[in-house]
Amino acid sequence: MWRLLQIELFKISRRPRTYIAFIAIAAIVSIFQFAFKADGQSYMDLMMQSAKDEFTFDRIQAINGYFMCYIILNTLLIQVPILVALIAADSISGEANMGTLRLLVSKPISRTQIILVKFAAATIFTIFLLLWMAITALLLSIVIFGTGDMLVFRTKGENSQIMLITKDDVMWRYYAAFAYATVALTVIAALSLFLSIFAENSIGPIIATVCIVIVCTIISNINVPIIDRNVKPFLFTSYLVGWKGFFYIGTNADGSTIKGSLENWPAIRKSLMILLAHIAVIITASVIVFKRKDILS
Amino acid sequence: MATIIKVDNLSKQYGDFTAVNNLSFTVNEGDVYGFLGQNGAGKSTTIRMLLTLIKPTGGSINLFGKELTHHRSEILRQTGAVIERPDLYKYLSAYNNLSIFAKMSGIRVTKKLLMNQLQMVGLDKVADKKAALFSQGMKQRLGIAVALVHDPKLIILDEPTNGLDPQGIADMRNLIVRLCKEMGKTVVISSHLLSEVEQIATRMIIIHKGEKIVEGSVDELLDPSHTAVELETTDNTATQQLLQSTKWNNYLQPDKQLQLMMNKELVPELINELVDNNVQILSVNSSHSLENYFLSLTTQTGYVEAFAN
Repeated sequence: MWRLLQIELFKISRRPRTYIAFIAIAAIVSIFQFAFKADGQSYMDLMMQSAKDEFTFDRIQAINGYFMCYIILNTLLIQVPILVALIAADSISGEANMGTLRLLVSKPISRTQIILVKFAAATIFTIFLLLWMAITALLLSIVIFGTGDMLVFRTKGENSQIMLITKDDVMWRYYAAFAYATVALTVIAALSLFLSIFAENSIGPIIATVCIVIVCTIISNINVPIIDRNVKPFLFTSYLVGWKGFFYIGTNADGSTIKGSLENWPAIRKSLMILLAHIAVIITASVIVFKRKDILS
Repeated sequence: MATIIKVDNLSKQYGDFTAVNNLSFTVNEGDVYGFLGQNGAGKSTTIRMLLTLIKPTGGSINLFGKELTHHRSEILRQTGAVIERPDLYKYLSAYNNLSIFAKMSGIRVTKKLLMNQLQMVGLDKVADKKAALFSQGMKQRLGIAVALVHDPKLIILDEPTNGLDPQGIADMRNLIVRLCKEMGKTVVISSHLLSEVEQIATRMIIIHKGEKIVEGSVDELLDPSHTAVELETTDNTATQQLLQSTKWNNYLQPDKQLQLMMNKELVPELINELVDNNVQILSVNSSHSLENYFLSLTTQTGYVEAFAN
């Protein structure tokens, strides 16, 4: 398996399309950083309008590396599934399109191994993509904007809420958030891989993945009780932004924040379990379908 | 001589369509086994079933004396294949392509082994060139190198001369002969260029609409008693009528004017008889090439029955 995984990673590393995702992330992050460096205070004024009286601005270096990363992740983690699909959706369909699938399947490797290795490679790609995001959005933002206490804007029902996380309580939350995002995006990778089994070029599975994510995200955002109860709990998109939970800090009865705490760890844990279950179901389905498939390409 | 492939009552059904129907054949060690049939006859489907790309709906496949489904990895380790087109990773060099597939075959890969293999197919000078820049002939040779790199006992080549120029076809033919005679490989080759197979195969099978029509050694199948004779006279219609009224009617091919399927030794007698009947002959073409034989078998049911009898 390790040998096959090395081969798979080698193939991914040699394909020009692999680097599109990294270039896209670097470009978007740079634009954000440039915009905030040039005129970040206007954005902050807008966001803080309702809360100016509650915070002492002199004490908080509001636009800092931690805050920037949070803003960027909020935007990017919605688009990154497309970048993950670019590679994962090509896993089987790309081989079929090139004609190498028949050669691959006629080698002494089981079809289960092929799917597992393809999935592992897509997961590693996702991890690298998120590491790249961490480097560009977090580390580079820290270099450009420095560090400081972190503001988190949150919409809770009808109300807006602003939370403050102290400087020394931030980094572990990012580690956890990136780990969570890896699991969430791995669901997308698994879905793309599954869809790629049915196609002979990668365009179809990429579009199908994006469509599924969009439709499920829309459903996840419909606030109707019957959907809340019966549909949303089963949609992976309901849990994709669960990484934000690591920035929702626990509070005392008097409203003061508790350093190192999470507002709702059980909910985060449950979300993670549901995402992992999605991965297990999709990969199992992929193995079953691929084992039964006649290779006609 | 050991049996390398033994296929019994193999079938493949796609809904109502039967691609392969109760096909049985045997390939022995050292054979160059021609797998012949028109397009859509079921050759590729059968070959893909041999390589586990397609699951049969009936029958059994034994390779190297072992049932394919249960000993898949073990069997495929001893098998190399080029299936239709030699498609490879276009963004990788010839060397990297070969290295990847060698590793997948489970062998210990060294630079020397890979370069020797590339040298054997004449690609050692372009080892670092990307496969995307290769001509069809070069891709085909790289495909052969991939099929051979793990030193398999059985080599399956599905339409290996597709898209090759005459020199490429000749090179491929020479390579297959070498594989068999010098390296002791067993080769299964399917091709629509029957004249090519005729020159290299020792045994062959002809299938049509998924069913076996005939199987045997090339010598048997190219028996002179199955020579196609084509006549051209100044009045073909009158000559046809004349032949229909004589014993030659038994040899006339239905739906084909002035074409007879007969023993080559009877040709002088036929010509004498026509001359005696004042028929002015413009040309006589006789051939027993596999191509004519194959076309006769697959297009003339009557002849098939005659042959079978």
